[in-house]
Amino acid sequence: MLKIEGKSIIQLDINGEIRETPVHPSDVLLYTLREELGLTGAKPGCENGDCGACTVLVDGWPVKACLMLSVEAIGHKITTVEGLNNATIQKAFVENWGFQCGYCTSGFLMVCHSLAYNHPNADEYVMEEWLQSNICRCTSYEEIRKAVNSVLMPASKG
Amino acid sequence: MIPFNFDYYRPDTLEEATRAYRELDSRSLEPVYYSGGSEIISMARVHNIYTKAVIDLKAIPECNVLEFREDRLFIGSSVTLSRISEENPYPLLSKACSRIADHTMQCRITIGGNLGGTIIYREASLPLLLSDCEVIVTSSGSLSRVPLAEVFRERLLLPRGEFIVQFVIRKEYAAVPYVHVKKTRNEKIDYPLVSVAALKKDGRIRLALSGVCPFPFRSADIEDRLNDMNDSWGIRIDKALEYLPAPILNDISGSNGYRKFVLKNTLLNTLRTLEAMH
Repeated sequence: MLKIEGKSIIQLDINGEIRETPVHPSDVLLYTLREELGLTGAKPGCENGDCGACTVLVDGWPVKACLMLSVEAIGHKITTVEGLNNATIQKAFVENWGFQCGYCTSGFLMVCHSLAYNHPNADEYVMEEWLQSNICRCTSYEEIRKAVNSVLMPASKG
Repeated sequence: MIPFNFDYYRPDTLEEATRAYRELDSRSLEPVYYSGGSEIISMARVHNIYTKAVIDLKAIPECNVLEFREDRLFIGSSVTLSRISEENPYPLLSKACSRIADHTMQCRITIGGNLGGTIIYREASLPLLLSDCEVIVTSSGSLSRVPLAEVFRERLLLPRGEFIVQFVIRKEYAAVPYVHVKKTRNEKIDYPLVSVAALKKDGRIRLALSGVCPFPFRSADIEDRLNDMNDSWGIRIDKALEYLPAPILNDISGSNGYRKFVLKNTLLNTLRTLEAMH
């Protein structure tokens, strides 16, 4: 049984790198990423699971880092926007003007990246279902939709 | 940020989990079982939940099964809503799971957590109640299998320290005609004004509701009225609504009158759809 009692040093697999970090078991992943590891790509927004600005990937699936304990990430692969490394979806956002102020962008990128990987043939219904997890207050939704569409496989555009 | 500290335990076996609970409880650490965690974290942040120890059930293999064995479907309580939707072993349940919170949250929320949480809607329970689901429950290292309806009335009624390990559903429910409709006030992602799950089994309509009363429910009286073919659809619905188990919710998301209006229309469409299906 894994036991984390009191403030401890844990190892996390983040963006393909094993990082050691101090945590309290009650720390949420968003805090550890930003304040302990300097990975500020995941943004604090509502911190209540509503806005999606803090979305990261855990084993390839989107998760809101404000609602996950850092200690839960032990043994799992975490990917933040810093780990995308010029992924296709990033280029698509630039080419399709998929952002304005940019605060929500890293969260959207993570969801879209996961969608394109897990459902490369996603139709409009699936795309909408996934993207409803995130909020853009600049309302760049149409541009974001175009960006995602541009990276999905042609079969889905039939 | 969670404004208090606690310790974290991630058992690998059922026995470790129940033993940890007993031990932590005996030290007055107010342990809570934890799976997806989203509700516990958000409640803890605003001081609605307090604990000094969380016991994370996600590493226990039995809590993570999602498979058919002979004529039964077994779903571990730590299986996420998104995994149920993706693998789609029981379409009505998949549909209900895909309308709880948003997709990213569905990657965290577990089916056990949805039933065991404090948020009143517990919409994943509806398809389970309709399929006469059984649950495997652990306590003190032993397992027992009981009908869900015995341990879930309005909310989960397990004794302290017990938790659901698995949900067990007969395979035949994966292939029955069904309807799932969730009506919300405005946004697609919201708590329900009315959430209707219904299926047709052996020529009879079964119905479960969330968002109507302060708890989810399935009612034999309501089903009897809805299946009374001597009456028209409208009369059947009017009679059925006399058997609601509690007053209709009346809050900022929808008045009781509006919820009743939405419910009646949704029930009418549900009856029309299911009666045309064989």
